[in-house]
Amino acid sequence: MASTQEIIRAAERRDVRNRWWLSAPALLIIFFAAIGPLAVVVLYSFMVKGDYGDVKYWQFSGEGWFNVLFERGLFDDTIGLADAHLSILWRSVKISAVTTVVTLILGFPTAYFIATRDAHRRDFWLFLITIPFWTNLLIRTFAIQEVFRNEGVLNTLLIKSGLLDRPLQILFTDTAILLGMAYVYLPLMVLPLYASLEKFDFRLAEAGSDLYAKPSRVLWRIIVPLVKPGLIAGSILVFIPSLGAYVTPRLLGGGKSLMLGNLIELQFGQGRNWPLGSALSITLTAIVMLSLLIYVRAASKSESNHG
Amino acid sequence: MARPFSVKRQRGFTTIALVCFFLLYLPIATLVAYAFNAGTTVAIWEGFSLRWFAAAWANTRIIDATLRSLTIAPIAASIATVTATMAAIAMTRTAPYRGLTFKYAFINQPLMVPEIVTAVALLVVFSHVKVWSGYSGLGYLIAAHTAFCIPFAYLPIRARLETMDLTLERAAADLYARPWMAFRRVTLPLLWPGILAGFMLAFVVSLDDVVITEFVKSAGQDTLPTYMLGQLRREATPEMNAISTVFLGLSVAAVSLFFFLSRKKD
Repeated sequence: MASTQEIIRAAERRDVRNRWWLSAPALLIIFFAAIGPLAVVVLYSFMVKGDYGDVKYWQFSGEGWFNVLFERGLFDDTIGLADAHLSILWRSVKISAVTTVVTLILGFPTAYFIATRDAHRRDFWLFLITIPFWTNLLIRTFAIQEVFRNEGVLNTLLIKSGLLDRPLQILFTDTAILLGMAYVYLPLMVLPLYASLEKFDFRLAEAGSDLYAKPSRVLWRIIVPLVKPGLIAGSILVFIPSLGAYVTPRLLGGGKSLMLGNLIELQFGQGRNWPLGSALSITLTAIVMLSLLIYVRAASKSESNHG
Repeated sequence: MARPFSVKRQRGFTTIALVCFFLLYLPIATLVAYAFNAGTTVAIWEGFSLRWFAAAWANTRIIDATLRSLTIAPIAASIATVTATMAAIAMTRTAPYRGLTFKYAFINQPLMVPEIVTAVALLVVFSHVKVWSGYSGLGYLIAAHTAFCIPFAYLPIRARLETMDLTLERAAADLYARPWMAFRRVTLPLLWPGILAGFMLAFVVSLDDVVITEFVKSAGQDTLPTYMLGQLRREATPEMNAISTVFLGLSVAAVSLFFFLSRKKD
């Protein structure tokens, strides 16, 4: 007969075995098809660029990282700032930030509207937000592309109404990317905001109102501070995918208006500069990770403030 | 204004919300409407016709791409769901241990790194593996899809495991059920809704993927989204509207089904 102690110890050993065996397949797949390749990219960013793409193995250099911010003159060794890269980096951050602000300005009232409907109507409005959320990003980008086209709906309407006499070039501009991204990512802002607003206790607003606060004061001093976690979550959910966006700027910006994602693709394609592409990829990942870190900090802080 | 006072009212919010809903649906509605246009442009309405649906149906490249999408998505989603379920059990039905947080971060890594970065990373590694091994089949796409599907399958399954009542599993163990029996007869039936949600999520995510597929695929391995991306880069024909409409219809059906099922439960 085994003693109770032995049985417990056997169970513990089985537990330890199981926790690794059971999680091993998932961890291995992610290692081989996601994390491992990412490590290779880090390695590549420090190698010498090959003549026809790829890299020269085990020849290390900082050229890839150097090229992120600087460039050498074509004929001499003068060093200047890589204006093209800097302007694309700046454009990516700028467009992502403005997209976040635009979706916030439009998304907050929308989420508020849904959250203040009667319970049985709420599902209907929520459903209307969920449909675009689940629709393929490519299709939504295509839809907005058709609206912006020179012979598209918007221009046709503007010309027919006599406001314009020839089509306005919207497609392939920064404005097109910005509006397109706001369109595509709006549901990502509305859903977490709604989740926060739905839990908001409107008796607090009533109390404020009873104490002669105007609606705008109730909004800014009571509602906004209490739904702050939702505001932060929505902003991060829009900002991060915007920063790494590839499809939307590719289709709405054409080849002219690039964002970071497109610049990375370019280095692995026509640019044939894999170390630079790798360095840019790591830069993008670092910015995203940093944003996530700030988010986690802010979220835990606002949680401890309001319980 | 004659409306009764309500603390919930904020000036202009309803207008902005309704405009938002209008703007969200206007482009989609236009896209669908022009799928039924008889003409070849997206600006002039020339009468109702199904010719673009017929054209898409007759286009072997579209059918090929669709079938490829429908091959990859179920395989990737199934592997992702099974492995994610195992991992979720290993990470909830146990005492906290060192390495748990690490595992959690590891599994969610595909969600945190921008898709374009994962895409070029896979391009770099798989292009070499393709040369070394001589194999260039669908395996690479399935592997890549499985990896980014795992966190999507994992999250609902883990959420379900965490809210499940542990006393039932303990009762089974008390009644001398071996661990596997307790899992099959007690845990699995209770976990089923989470597994189903995880699978559906993984399936849709795999079906929708453009960026990673675009970089990993070998020549002639277009999925429906990458085929569409290729077409949209040039001048798009109303054929694209027709495909998008069908795709959209499927999305609406799936979301409706999900909504209906989750409401019935309450």
